[in-house]
Amino acid sequence: MERANKAETKQKSYKNLNWQMEIKKKEQNKFKEFKQALFQAARGLWNASPLIIGTILLVSLISTLIPKVWYSKIFTGNSFIDSFLGSLAGSVSAGSPIISYIIAGELSKQGVGLVAITAFIVAWVTVGVVQLPAESAILGKKFAITRNLLSFLFSIIIAIVLVSILNII
Amino acid sequence: MRKAWWFTIGVGIVYLVIFIINSNTFIKSLKFLLSLLAKIVPIFFLVFILMAIVNFFIKPQKLKQFFEKKKKLKWVLTILLGILSTGPIYMWYPLLADLKEKGMGYGLMACFLYNRAIKIPLLPLMFLYFSWRYIVLLLLLMIIVSVFQGILVDKIMEVVK
Repeated sequence: MERANKAETKQKSYKNLNWQMEIKKKEQNKFKEFKQALFQAARGLWNASPLIIGTILLVSLISTLIPKVWYSKIFTGNSFIDSFLGSLAGSVSAGSPIISYIIAGELSKQGVGLVAITAFIVAWVTVGVVQLPAESAILGKKFAITRNLLSFLFSIIIAIVLVSILNII
Repeated sequence: MRKAWWFTIGVGIVYLVIFIINSNTFIKSLKFLLSLLAKIVPIFFLVFILMAIVNFFIKPQKLKQFFEKKKKLKWVLTILLGILSTGPIYMWYPLLADLKEKGMGYGLMACFLYNRAIKIPLLPLMFLYFSWRYIVLLLLLMIIVSVFQGILVDKIMEVVK
C-alpha cells in the first residue's frame, strides 16, 4: 500500500515537472517570437530609413526653395486635372507609405488642394508601376495591368468623392 | 552599401552645394528640417511599437490557414488580411500565387492588394498631417472601393479569358 502511494506521488511529481517544463518552454518561445517581432519591426524601419531620411531632407529643401505660387500654377483647382496629376505623381513613385504621408502633408501646407493630395496618397499605395514586372511575372500580366489601371482610375474617383463628402459634412 | 543610401547621399551633396552657393537658403532648409524632425521622430517610436505588435500577432501562415477554413467570409477576410499584412508587397506575391492555386479568384487577389494600402501602424503619422474625419473617410472609401475593384477585376478577367 505504502509502495503504491509512493509510486503515485512520484508519478504526480513527474507530471508536475513535465507540465512546468512545458510552460517554461512556451514562455521561452513567446519571448523568442516577441524578440523576432521587435527585430522585424526594427528591420522594416531600418530598410525604409535611407529613403525616409533622403525624402525629409529633400522636402525641407524644396519647401524652402520653391515658392508657394509655383504649386498653384500646377494645381489649378480643377478637381479632375488636379486629381489626375496627383495620381500620376503617386503612381510613378515608390517606397514606404510613410514617405507619401510626409510629402503629401508638406504639400498640403504649401497650399496644394486636398483632391490632388488624396489622389497622390491613394495612387502611391495602390498603383505600383515599379513593382509591375514582379507582379506580372508572379500573378499574371493581364491581372497586373488590369489591377493597376483600375487602381489609377479609383485613386481619382476616391479623391473627388472624399473631398465632395468632406465639403458636405 | 545599399542602393537606397545613394539617394540620401545625393541629397546630402545637393545640401553641400547649396551651402557653398547660398548659405542663407541652406540655413533656412536646415531650420525647416529640424522642425520637421521634431514633429516626426516621436511618432516613429509609436509606429515602431505598432509594427512590432502587428508582427507578433499576425503571421502569414496562420492567416492563410484561417482564410482556407472560412471560405464563406472570404471578402471580409481578404480585406482584413490585406489590412493586417506587413512588409514589402513583393513578399506577399508568392503567398497570393499559392492561394490562387488553391482557388482564390483574381478579384480577391486585387481586393487583398488594394487593402494592403491601409497601414494601421502608420496611422499616427497620418494624424500628424490630416484630420481624423479625413482619415476615417479615406479608409472607409478605400475598403469599399477594394471590393468594387475586386468584382470588376473578376469580370474583366472573365472577359479577357
